[in-house]
Amino acid sequence: MDAILLQILNGLDKGSAYALIALGLTLIFGTLGVVNFAHGALFMLGAFCAVTLNNILSLSHEVIDETQTDFLGNPLRVEVPYIYDWFGPEVGASIIEWSVPLAILFSIPIMIAVGFIMERGLIKHFYKRPHADQILVTFGLAIVLQEIIKYFYGANPIPTPAPPAFTGSFDFGTLLGFEPGTIIYPYWRLVYFFFAMIIIAGVFAFLQFTTFGMVVRAGMADRETVGLLGINIDKRFTIMFAIAACVAGLAGVMYTPINSPNYHMGMDFLVLSFVVVVVGGMGSLPGAVLAGFLLGILESFASMRQVVDLLPGINQIIIYLVAIIILLTRPRGLMGRKGVMED
Amino acid sequence: MLGLEKKDTRLFLIVIGLTMLAPFLLNPFPEGSEMAQFNAGYPDLMQRFVIFGIFAIGFNILFGLTGYLSFGHAAFLGVGSYAAMWMFKLFGMNVVPALLLSVVLSGLFAVLIGYISLRRSGIYFSILTLAFAMMSYALAYSVLATDMDGPDKQGLMQKGLTGGETGLQLSVQDPRILGAKAGADGNTPVPNFFGIEMRSATEMNVGDWVFTFSAGYYFSAFVMLIAFYISIRIFRSPFGMMLRAIKSNQQRLNYTGLNPKPYMLAAFVVSGMYAGLAGGLMVAMDPLAGPERMFWTASGEVVLMTILGGVGTLIGPVLGAGLIKYMENILSKINSEILHQWFAWMPDGLEDVVVTMIYPFIGKGWHLTLGLMFMAVVIFLPGGLVEGGQRIMGALRGRKAKDGKPDADADVKPAE
Repeated sequence: MDAILLQILNGLDKGSAYALIALGLTLIFGTLGVVNFAHGALFMLGAFCAVTLNNILSLSHEVIDETQTDFLGNPLRVEVPYIYDWFGPEVGASIIEWSVPLAILFSIPIMIAVGFIMERGLIKHFYKRPHADQILVTFGLAIVLQEIIKYFYGANPIPTPAPPAFTGSFDFGTLLGFEPGTIIYPYWRLVYFFFAMIIIAGVFAFLQFTTFGMVVRAGMADRETVGLLGINIDKRFTIMFAIAACVAGLAGVMYTPINSPNYHMGMDFLVLSFVVVVVGGMGSLPGAVLAGFLLGILESFASMRQVVDLLPGINQIIIYLVAIIILLTRPRGLMGRKGVMED
Repeated sequence: MLGLEKKDTRLFLIVIGLTMLAPFLLNPFPEGSEMAQFNAGYPDLMQRFVIFGIFAIGFNILFGLTGYLSFGHAAFLGVGSYAAMWMFKLFGMNVVPALLLSVVLSGLFAVLIGYISLRRSGIYFSILTLAFAMMSYALAYSVLATDMDGPDKQGLMQKGLTGGETGLQLSVQDPRILGAKAGADGNTPVPNFFGIEMRSATEMNVGDWVFTFSAGYYFSAFVMLIAFYISIRIFRSPFGMMLRAIKSNQQRLNYTGLNPKPYMLAAFVVSGMYAGLAGGLMVAMDPLAGPERMFWTASGEVVLMTILGGVGTLIGPVLGAGLIKYMENILSKINSEILHQWFAWMPDGLEDVVVTMIYPFIGKGWHLTLGLMFMAVVIFLPGGLVEGGQRIMGALRGRKAKDGKPDADADVKPAE
């Protein structure tokens, strides 16, 4: 029992990331009808927003510290971040420590701008072209984006720690009456899961309960009629693209403490996220979220020792295997709608 | 000639000429000169040109003719590599049986994957092929690399069927029932074509120029010419026409009472066999097979090659393969020092500015250039380099580019 619970928990954080990326992919696909292969790159850009903010906050200048001397008796030169001068050393230090959560605020305008430029500058011209062309051009864009990041940040992963308040682990088992030490779960993963839930709930609420969201849903169902009613649906879809980019970016920001960001992390996630979208059903938002968590948890179950002993290698291929089975038995995915991508 | 139309014969002869004279053509700069780093006429790179050419030609038969975008073609490349490697380990170092087994095994593998994947189309097909390739990669990387026949003396299956991360390598302990266990020098033997070693090469010095003629290159080039010939025949055959019909309107094809599935599967299998052949050749040139050949980036690479060169054209994929491999091997070698040398004639400040501006795009950043080129081609030149060439030729001749197309009917738009 405790082992099962532990695997479910372990699957949640990866599942959250899959669900967030798949949600964005589905939003873009559902609104604009574009298959965005650069979505993983947006996830990666978000993660590097966190790295950048950390770097900016840590910008420092040299100060001659009279109290300390080196072995020759000269006063030591120490690096002091500017932020220490402005807010005092204690507040400054905690601001730097909390750079990852702060990066959420930092990344939102950046990701919205990136999404806006991408849609207006490139994707706009590909609505009428075949899906293969859309895949290809966004694939090229993904390469370009990740190479730019590689140029500025190098090829090595950059560790970006979570705030110290969340670095420990949480003994989840004692809450439910298990032996202490059986179910230990890092705090940050819990934070990530709740963060993902908030974002997902936010997106759904936005679509469901605002006038803007209602128009967008109407546009997803029948774009032409909405246009005929005199609504500028293109503008709203552009905003939805920016929101989807933002969701991917935020997923990346918060993922940095779990996995040190490197320039190809986006592509690694993208391949799996596409599988998630297809399993969930192309164009279905709840399907994407459901499939994201489902596959994340399945992957975590498949990597249990007992399962791997029974079926060696199953942990590596489970997601693809499930995708193949689902596509062949339920061609539209778990919750796919009729008439989406069937040509 | 050989049942080809006049236009195709001319193209085929040009390709024969180019591949046979490649050691000269790719070495235009004298040895030791500053431009010598742009010479691509060394055997290793030339072999890669033709091998990836074969891979891309095969991919083009599927994507160019039917429009089905496979994102998992590298799986067949990997299967071909492993098959050839096992042939070397078990039977002998002759490349012919090894290549035959590569082609047959990858063909069978393609039947299996194609039968399942082709039940869906569009993006679903892409995802299915991607999933299969990533599964093959994961299996080759982990499960198939575990010890299978226990602590046996030969240690043949010591690292499983695929050798895992390090890959499958030759060893002097391999059985090799039809050949020597070790070469003359006691090391692992070298792949050969009825006695001609793939690694052997002769050098020719003409003045300052050094031209290398490698047996391996000419063997691969010969295989590529056969592959190219077959692809021309497929493009011009009723079968090729059927595949184009699938691309333009599958539904209409159904209404006329034809079942497109067997044709699709045939195209997929042929395309997979080409990839397997390329994989086998890679091993024949350098006996080492690793799982990274099946990774999705390798599949992405062949997509890039085909699109860059010109999808649906005969010669495009080969050009694209050559361009990407040239960039990978030559452009990536240029570092900032070399750049500073080039622009040394400029005033100091300007030199630094120019070098800083160019630097991100070359050397280690060559992928960035590739990505930008690829995007530019997809956006502005859907026909790839071939279309670009035709447009330039057309502009030079002062008439419509259409007249000069060597492959004008490859991209005829269907009547809607």
